[in-house]
Amino acid sequence: MTTAAMAKTKSRGDYVRIVGLIFGGIVLLGIIYGYITNPVTTTAVLASTLRQSTPLVLGALCGLIGERSGIINIGIEGQMLMAAFIAFLANVYTGNLFVAVLAGLATGAVLGGFLAFMSVTLKMDQIIGGTVINILALGLTSFFYQTGLTTQGKLQAIALGPLAEIPLIGPVFFDNPPITYATLILVMVVHYVLFYTRWGLRTRAVGEHPSAADTVGINVYKMRYINVIIGGSIAGLAGAYLTLEAVGSFERAMTNGRGFVALAVMIFGKYTPFGAWGAALLFGFAVALQTQLQFSGRLEIPHQFIGMLPYVLTIVVLAGFVGRTRVPAAVGKPYEKE
Amino acid sequence: MTTQTDSKAKPSRLMAIWRAASIPLAAVILALLVGAVILLISGANPIAAYSALAKGAFGSTAAFGRTLEKATPLILGGLAVAFAFKGGLFNIGGQGQLLFGAIVAAGVGFGIDGLPFIIHMPLALLMGSLAGALYGAIPGALKTYTGAHEVITTIMLNFIAINFTDWLADGPWKDEGIVARTPAIAEAAAIPTWGNIPAGFFLAILAAVATWYLLYRTTTGYEIRTVGLNSNAAKYAGIKVSYTVILTMAISGFLAGMGGAIETLGVVGRYQPGFNAGLGFDGITIALLARTNPLGVIPAALLVGAMQAGSSQMQFDAHVPFQIIDVIQALILFFVSADMIVRWIVRVQPEEGEQVTLSTSWG
Amino acid sequence: MDKTNRPIVLEAKGLTKRFPGVLANDNINLKLHQGEILALLGENGAGKSTLMNMLYGLYTPTEGEIWIKGEKVELSNPGEAIDRGVGMVHQHFQLVPPMTVAENVMLGSEITSGGGRLNMRQAIRNVRELSEQYGLAVDPTAVIEDLPVGTQQRVEIIKALYRHADILILDEPTAVLTPQEANELFRIMRDLTAQNVSIIFITHKLKEVLAVADRIGVLRSGQMVGTAMPEDSTETSLAEMMVGRNVILRVEKSASKPGQPVLQIQNLHVHDDRGHAAVEGVDLEVFAGEILGIAGVEGNGQRELVEALTGLRHIDAGKIRIDGQDTTHFSPRQITELGVAHIPEDREKHGLVMPYTLSDNMVLNRYFKAPYAKGLIMHHDKIDENGKVLVKEYDVRPPNVHALAQNLSGGNKQKVIVAREFSSPTKLLVAAQPTRGIDVGSIEFIHKEIVAQRDHGVAVLVVSAELDEVLGLADRVAVMFDGRVVKILPIAEATRERVGLLMAGSDA
Repeated sequence: MTTAAMAKTKSRGDYVRIVGLIFGGIVLLGIIYGYITNPVTTTAVLASTLRQSTPLVLGALCGLIGERSGIINIGIEGQMLMAAFIAFLANVYTGNLFVAVLAGLATGAVLGGFLAFMSVTLKMDQIIGGTVINILALGLTSFFYQTGLTTQGKLQAIALGPLAEIPLIGPVFFDNPPITYATLILVMVVHYVLFYTRWGLRTRAVGEHPSAADTVGINVYKMRYINVIIGGSIAGLAGAYLTLEAVGSFERAMTNGRGFVALAVMIFGKYTPFGAWGAALLFGFAVALQTQLQFSGRLEIPHQFIGMLPYVLTIVVLAGFVGRTRVPAAVGKPYEKE
Repeated sequence: MTTQTDSKAKPSRLMAIWRAASIPLAAVILALLVGAVILLISGANPIAAYSALAKGAFGSTAAFGRTLEKATPLILGGLAVAFAFKGGLFNIGGQGQLLFGAIVAAGVGFGIDGLPFIIHMPLALLMGSLAGALYGAIPGALKTYTGAHEVITTIMLNFIAINFTDWLADGPWKDEGIVARTPAIAEAAAIPTWGNIPAGFFLAILAAVATWYLLYRTTTGYEIRTVGLNSNAAKYAGIKVSYTVILTMAISGFLAGMGGAIETLGVVGRYQPGFNAGLGFDGITIALLARTNPLGVIPAALLVGAMQAGSSQMQFDAHVPFQIIDVIQALILFFVSADMIVRWIVRVQPEEGEQVTLSTSWG
Repeated sequence: MDKTNRPIVLEAKGLTKRFPGVLANDNINLKLHQGEILALLGENGAGKSTLMNMLYGLYTPTEGEIWIKGEKVELSNPGEAIDRGVGMVHQHFQLVPPMTVAENVMLGSEITSGGGRLNMRQAIRNVRELSEQYGLAVDPTAVIEDLPVGTQQRVEIIKALYRHADILILDEPTAVLTPQEANELFRIMRDLTAQNVSIIFITHKLKEVLAVADRIGVLRSGQMVGTAMPEDSTETSLAEMMVGRNVILRVEKSASKPGQPVLQIQNLHVHDDRGHAAVEGVDLEVFAGEILGIAGVEGNGQRELVEALTGLRHIDAGKIRIDGQDTTHFSPRQITELGVAHIPEDREKHGLVMPYTLSDNMVLNRYFKAPYAKGLIMHHDKIDENGKVLVKEYDVRPPNVHALAQNLSGGNKQKVIVAREFSSPTKLLVAAQPTRGIDVGSIEFIHKEIVAQRDHGVAVLVVSAELDEVLGLADRVAVMFDGRVVKILPIAEATRERVGLLMAGSDA
């Protein structure tokens, strides 16, 4: 590579970094300004950001774990929806929120296993496989859901003692319901496992160059199955979140496209857990801010346009970033032993 | 190392149709069987349910007309998805393209006065279809120029379309009264119904034939299919890939938009939010059921249309919630796409060149 | 050297492998002695890779036995072969590009410290020790995709040694090396055998076999047709064992009669997919009625050069003229229209649409012209007619125009492309890796066709990583290294040694 070309690629990375820093600086200044002028609203917006971003982070984690091992998961939406429904039913019939969360996790895992079966064993096109999950989930949940079922309450926020008293940061980070906490922890755990452990190394190898892994004795099929199932259970957690923490009940198609927005979050976050977390916060922030401005009457936009925001943002992100991100090289191709 | 090849000449027409239809047929039968099991689990009688379904779909000329009516947008939605598949693209945006087609057709239908039928109806139909084409071209352009995969962008555009058309019907284009909907279209813009038979159905059939001809008998079709199968070879062949991708999505959107326009002009008579949700996914099922063949879309759409038409009868007679149709459709989709598992069950030999792959353009 | 009195470390008895419709290996018997270099010779499709895959546990034998160090074994996966000391260096490296050398070497046998956490420091230390012990210089922290091919190969060897391999299988290791790098590899191989490592090395290159092997086994059509000692063999005798009949190793051709310049390249600059400069100032001319061969190890800009010539890649700077016309910014179609035929390097990627029939493939870059189409309407009867004629003329098998391209053998696929490209008036032929991966019969056929084009006055540019192909076909030889043409020699002055040095970047 000539020095000229090297300089060019280096400066592009610098450019992105500078833009990112400026942007981050503006956001920070905005938050400080907002807190000084109107602490209650600012805190509410930030807390709402964290809550809005939770299902997106979880969905993105699910997606990236699968993709790192080479499997595209378009079915996150269906996994979330189905898990939300089963968690809801479990809540209604057992009254035990913990059991309900587990039910959600299990549903996600089962659907993950189904996706793995279609992708790895049947070697179906993975995008069609994911779509099948989405359609099945929509159909089954609509068919079996009967209105009028009452739930036994939802998961409440747990304040972490004195930490929750810190101004601004306290209520936002340390006064949240359990799944939200779990998400933050999960981001760190997935990051550690993916980049610092043997399991993570093998997963990444399987996603980049499966035959290299195969020839040193790693079972590519097994690795992909397990990763997709674990990812599925994380998507299941997102579904449980929606019905048990956010809303408290179930509605037809309540995931509302979040599963797909999560894919954009995953790509924007460059297939890394912390990147996904940052990207999800951005999305959540945009939605929370817009809603707040709407309520405060500052903006005279019809509510349908507010509704469009996360979807427009997703497209903008994809258009801007998908070409620039390095995808695991073997993603989407079923592995065939030669 | 080569595998043995048989030097057969082109197989006979009938044999080809049988081979093509056997897998989808098997998929449908399997789906109906699994559906029956689900019905049993939920406490219903599958036989009663299915016979009510059949009655509601074919039991009278009125029923038959309803089936054709339901099948019409399904044909066009299926064509849209199948056409995009041929070009190597996964258009899930049929929903959004259809909505735009529907509302623009309504707009032209109620917004203009005094035109004779022979101008007004085709104009409304055309404008609606073009609106769909434009909306379909957007994800095509995004894919070409930014690499954004159309699976996500089309779904996002669906949500955006729902919101936008809601706003139009609740705002600038709202009829008098409380209900969020557009005014009714002019008489001259409406697509007639002959007895019980909707004329729109024949428009859909025409579209299917035209699509088949475009794909297999024209140079444009050759270009689209080549790009869909191997965009590298297409480049080598001198085909302009970017232009072809956008054109493919535009034509796909045109077909979906036409579906929406026909619904408005021939069935509903105005644009009302909330109609025909889920057409995007229906289109996928039909396209795969038809093995992405434009002519195969017709029987596939008739089948699904029959199920949808008969579902209210089934709900009435056998007390089965109509959503079981959604489940059966999803099952059909699963079985049809799991080529290999169905072949194994039914012991049919694999056919060359029919695997649909979309994942190669991810990322 | 004759090492057949040494203990046998690896033996195959009656090894057979059957795939649906294909008998890949038929009753093979093989012995490898300790410290021996056994060369396994055979043309493409003879069954060498299948045999090696069985010895490495990637395939299970349909019949027969494998004995390693005196014990009968049944290998169901590479892990078991590795446990018994068998290591494999694949032709297409099994390395994960974005990972480091150390990560690649320890993949699958990772060093961990408590709870699965990777111990990178220890891994790096281990790799350094191994590279010193065996004289294989590598930087354990380097990322694979930044390393040159020769170094990557050394990493593959270290991978095997890391797992205590004392039986090494090398699959076509010199395919990506210059003659000098190949010699370096042979030195490493001899050093390894001095430390009692035994080596099986698979190749189709006769010269190498004679240079480094202790013993030679020849495979043909899945069978072991015999063994030979290098001292008693010549290239010709080996080639005849490989192919089973008299083989003419030199391409028969008369002297060229060069005419006007057809292709003129001036100061060409092209970058590759990753944004690095690939072609850095190439000047070249090809005259009508001559074959200019471009020699060079793959990855020195040849692919980008060919793509730029044929309109498939954007040109950063410089000029290209074909038959006097400036084609620098022409599209592929415009270039084809000028009478340029292109045999692409990757036939399945660029040259064919696999699910299409042969007749559809035969009109791939002229489907829009009369008589195949009029305006928008295509005439499939004319397309089929054309296909039938070409299939006969070029002996494509099976001779059925409705067969799908994907069902043809490599050689026949290439013949379809050649048939298509040669069937319209040509002024310039650009052939990239024209005989890669195909059987000897088809190779001879295509070489004859290329020479015939030259004799008809076509200007021919052949790019090949097979030095022997270039030396056999070319009238003039241009050597590419690091994105530049370092020298152009008339064929009489193009000796293997000289060209090899140029390919490695030295001035000769």
